[in-house]
Amino acid sequence: MYTFSNKLKTFSFILMILGALGVGYGFMTSHKSFEEVEHLLAEESHHGGGHGEEASHDEASHGAHATVNTHDESKEETAHAEVDEHAKHIEHVQHQIANRPWSALYVAAFFFMMISLGVLAFYAIQIASQAGWSPVLFRVMEGMTAYLLPGALIVLAIAVASGTIGHYNIFIWMDPDVVAHDKLIQGKSGWLNIGWFTVRGLVFIAGWSLYRHFSRKFSIAQDTAEDKSNFKKSFRISAAFLVFFIYTESMMSWDWIMSVDPHWFSTLFGWYVFASMFVSGITVIALITIYLKSRNYLEFVNENHLHDVAKFMFAFSIFWTYLWFSQFMLIWYSNIPEEVTYFVTRFQDYKLPFLGMVVMNFVFPILMLMNADYKRIPWFVVMSGIVILFGHYIDIFNMIMPATVGDRWFIGIPEISSVLLFAGLFIFVVFTALTKAPLLVKGYPFRKESEEFHY
Amino acid sequence: MEASKVIHAIYTDDDVLMSAVKKVKAERHHIEEIYTPFPVHGLDKAMGLEPTRIAITAFIYGLIGLTVAILMMNFIMIEDWPQNIGGKPSFSYLENMPAFVPIMFELTVFFAAHLMVITFYLRSRMWPFKNAENPDPRTTDDHFLMEIAVHGNEKELESLLAETGAVEINLVDKAH
Repeated sequence: MYTFSNKLKTFSFILMILGALGVGYGFMTSHKSFEEVEHLLAEESHHGGGHGEEASHDEASHGAHATVNTHDESKEETAHAEVDEHAKHIEHVQHQIANRPWSALYVAAFFFMMISLGVLAFYAIQIASQAGWSPVLFRVMEGMTAYLLPGALIVLAIAVASGTIGHYNIFIWMDPDVVAHDKLIQGKSGWLNIGWFTVRGLVFIAGWSLYRHFSRKFSIAQDTAEDKSNFKKSFRISAAFLVFFIYTESMMSWDWIMSVDPHWFSTLFGWYVFASMFVSGITVIALITIYLKSRNYLEFVNENHLHDVAKFMFAFSIFWTYLWFSQFMLIWYSNIPEEVTYFVTRFQDYKLPFLGMVVMNFVFPILMLMNADYKRIPWFVVMSGIVILFGHYIDIFNMIMPATVGDRWFIGIPEISSVLLFAGLFIFVVFTALTKAPLLVKGYPFRKESEEFHY
Repeated sequence: MEASKVIHAIYTDDDVLMSAVKKVKAERHHIEEIYTPFPVHGLDKAMGLEPTRIAITAFIYGLIGLTVAILMMNFIMIEDWPQNIGGKPSFSYLENMPAFVPIMFELTVFFAAHLMVITFYLRSRMWPFKNAENPDPRTTDDHFLMEIAVHGNEKELESLLAETGAVEINLVDKAH
């Protein structure tokens, strides 16, 4: 049995408290008055920082504004329209500044939720494919998926709260004013409306959590069972879950991520988000395994298991890159205006995170984890894993931020605190769950094979 | 120094072969060669063979392929005749790079794969019309053959090999 060390528990509490303070600070400082923003912009244009001018061109990030702006038809009102334009610009920036702590919180919440969802999918695949190497890691995976239910509920709660108590800070389609002037969103409102969005979200979460609940139950029951009926049951529900998962994961990515840009759509987006969550999940499996192993809790895990996990990290980093590039290159190549704005804003305002994430998620792991010997060295895997995780945080950051804060992004107190907050919560929930059951699946049919696995 | 006489010990089971190899190695005899009909897992380790470096060569070949792709397309598309083809930005390599990535990828794989295979053939001396070096055709079907050099110690060796479960022990004169 694993005991949650007090040090780690305290550490997770410190992370949560620091994070909560920072998030609070982020929300307190994000409400700027009209005059304050006007002053800020004036100062920025004096300093020659291109921010002011650029911001006026970035309607693409909030496409809705472009359509709102079109009602300056009358020519005699040009002067009036100019003042209007100025006011609108300031309101736009004011809105972006107010969005920042919301988006920072949302990105971090989604990032940790997706780690645990990725692990759940990985776990189901291991059971459904009857993998012989991984059963010794099952309890680590089960511990990690304990975060899924609270984590996913938090993501959904933030999404809904941004549209109910917030000022439509993440999803522009939740704003009835915007929808009233936007034909495109009106056309999608059959899908994109808060009620249906919430119900869908709850259905996804219920499905995933049910699978998690029962697979965990069968897994623990199998420890003491005399026959293999629990294994057979978990095999069956894993297969069913994988079908459910691939549909709901796809829809979840449209809902929770793609709809921040309601004018934009991409067909392989679900897969792309999946690749990101899968590789982050596997990376965290490796990190937690190495941690527990270093504390002598997993004497049955050897470097061969680590090698296999690292191979998955390597392969799915490449898979992620493949999907990222396929999405980017198809849109870049055809250059259709309605699609390409997505990457134009990212390229103009997010050059460093956008290209930096390709280095962190592709170049770094491919060079670090190609050698078979390196994949067996724990500190090497930890180092690559940390870079991969940072890279995928930036990936989610790049998906959400351009649509909500536009060029007003920065990785500062709101972003870092949100990550700390959810990192603390993740550590607390996961390691608490790890104490609930022995770290080795006793009665699982492939346990022996897994214990003696070598490569 | 190539011994002119060798002993061929023939086995019919790969497990017996493995334990025989370990025993012969423990007695510090040099195993010249082992012929098997299929890969025996762990045999290279038991014999103490060096790990292969073919993966390293493949990596280098891949880099060569990537370089060839970049230089080729940079010359053709950017330097030699930078046409406007459907509005693609042919001003610099980087600007038009996404369009070149599929070729860069394929040439990397092409070079890595083919040159590695050719390296394998060269290093293991395999080519069409090559005379088979098989001492006993049965080793391609269901027999395993261990070849040990003899330096006047055939009696001792023969008894050792008989102990390890060899079904047949032949002293072969390899004089040319």
